[in-house]
Amino acid sequence: MQLKISDDGPPLYLQIVEQVRHRILSGQLADGDELPAIRSLAERVRVNPNTVARAYRELEMAGLVEKRRTRGTFVRAQGQTMTAAQRRDAIIASVDQCIGLARGLGFSDQEVVAVFHERWRDHQPEGVTK
Amino acid sequence: MTQTNSNGQARPVAASLDHVIYQFGSQRALDDVSLHIPTGSVFGILGLNGAGKTTLLHHLLGLHQPRSGRIEVLGGNPIVNRESVMRQVGYLSEEDSLPAWMSVQDVLRFHQAIYPTWDRSYADELLDWFELDLRARLKTLSKGGRARVGLIAAIAHRPELLILDEPSSGLDPIARGEILEAIIRAVSIAGRTVIFSSHLLDEVQRVCDRVAVIHQGRVIEQFEMATLHESFQEWIVRPQSKHINSSVCPFDDALDWRGIDGEWSAVRRRAGQDDLSQNDWQVVDTRSITLERLFEALVGRSKVSTAPSETHLDTVVS
Repeated sequence: MQLKISDDGPPLYLQIVEQVRHRILSGQLADGDELPAIRSLAERVRVNPNTVARAYRELEMAGLVEKRRTRGTFVRAQGQTMTAAQRRDAIIASVDQCIGLARGLGFSDQEVVAVFHERWRDHQPEGVTK
Repeated sequence: MTQTNSNGQARPVAASLDHVIYQFGSQRALDDVSLHIPTGSVFGILGLNGAGKTTLLHHLLGLHQPRSGRIEVLGGNPIVNRESVMRQVGYLSEEDSLPAWMSVQDVLRFHQAIYPTWDRSYADELLDWFELDLRARLKTLSKGGRARVGLIAAIAHRPELLILDEPSSGLDPIARGEILEAIIRAVSIAGRTVIFSSHLLDEVQRVCDRVAVIHQGRVIEQFEMATLHESFQEWIVRPQSKHINSSVCPFDDALDWRGIDGEWSAVRRRAGQDDLSQNDWQVVDTRSITLERLFEALVGRSKVSTAPSETHLDTVVS
């Protein structure tokens, strides 16, 4: 994994959590894929190993990865294993951000929903008819 | 491997200072400094130039006799038990202190002779990594090259405690990165402790477990990096009308208060924070504290002025 750690951003462990989470939720990391060992990732991105360990713990608590004893940390199957509430929580921050921006720009909720539908159709995976 | 004392118990603290006072002439260089450095941690000493960082580290190395107070390093007194303590300590000083006329090989042989635990294959591995030529004289190397030699000399005997004084000041980004990586490698072995001083906030943020901020010879704050964001927060607020005296901070728990372009920033401790009850102010943002912002607030680069008094400043200093 080529993580980018910024010195000027959110807490370091959160940057790791977010970048790994993104890879898992977008399907770039699949069920059963192994995350790098804590020590080697720490050396590579040059952060304290405890910071990486904390990020992995957060990912584990979020149900995104699981520790297998003595073997490492592995990605857990997503979607079907998440509860409805967890799936909702996973997108809520982005939705809130969008609402804030739309309000500031003077959109009505119907206008935003219209844009949303349009974009949703554009992002339809290939081979799926509209 | 974890350090053990004579009873076979793990030693919880690798080094400690208790109420240490040290004076250069009439100037107090260390003023009642107490620090406990947990075994296995990366401990950062953060401060401006001249804050007393090097003087503090010199005490751990037994180079200064404190005027009063108590110092313990790896269970011994660094002055009384200097030899046995220093065998288990690695040290990289701030300035180039290795003799410039020596070759890389001479320097390493010299250190190998001093330290019974010198690990030849580890030294060779580091030489390879740093792409150093054994025959080169130090005076022909770049500053970064000399720092790398100094680092090998400080860590190849695999010390229980590694002390680095401003290890990357004045170095290029690649050398700085390698030194950070070496620090991380050094503590990946359980029980090894690293103490390093720096004024470079990004590297402190990256590698430290715990940080002490030293200012004018005093330890003014200590915190765990992992809980920094739970301990402090930055509030950005904007006055609701032109009639508000914005030089007066509306928070009585603010560490500092600074205004730029009509918006004001306050650094606050998160324990027991109240919401902004005053309707005079609108909260624009509450954001994660950066180490840089906290450090500025702690060393008092911007003055706080609140309505009743400045009592909160005392709590910062105590």
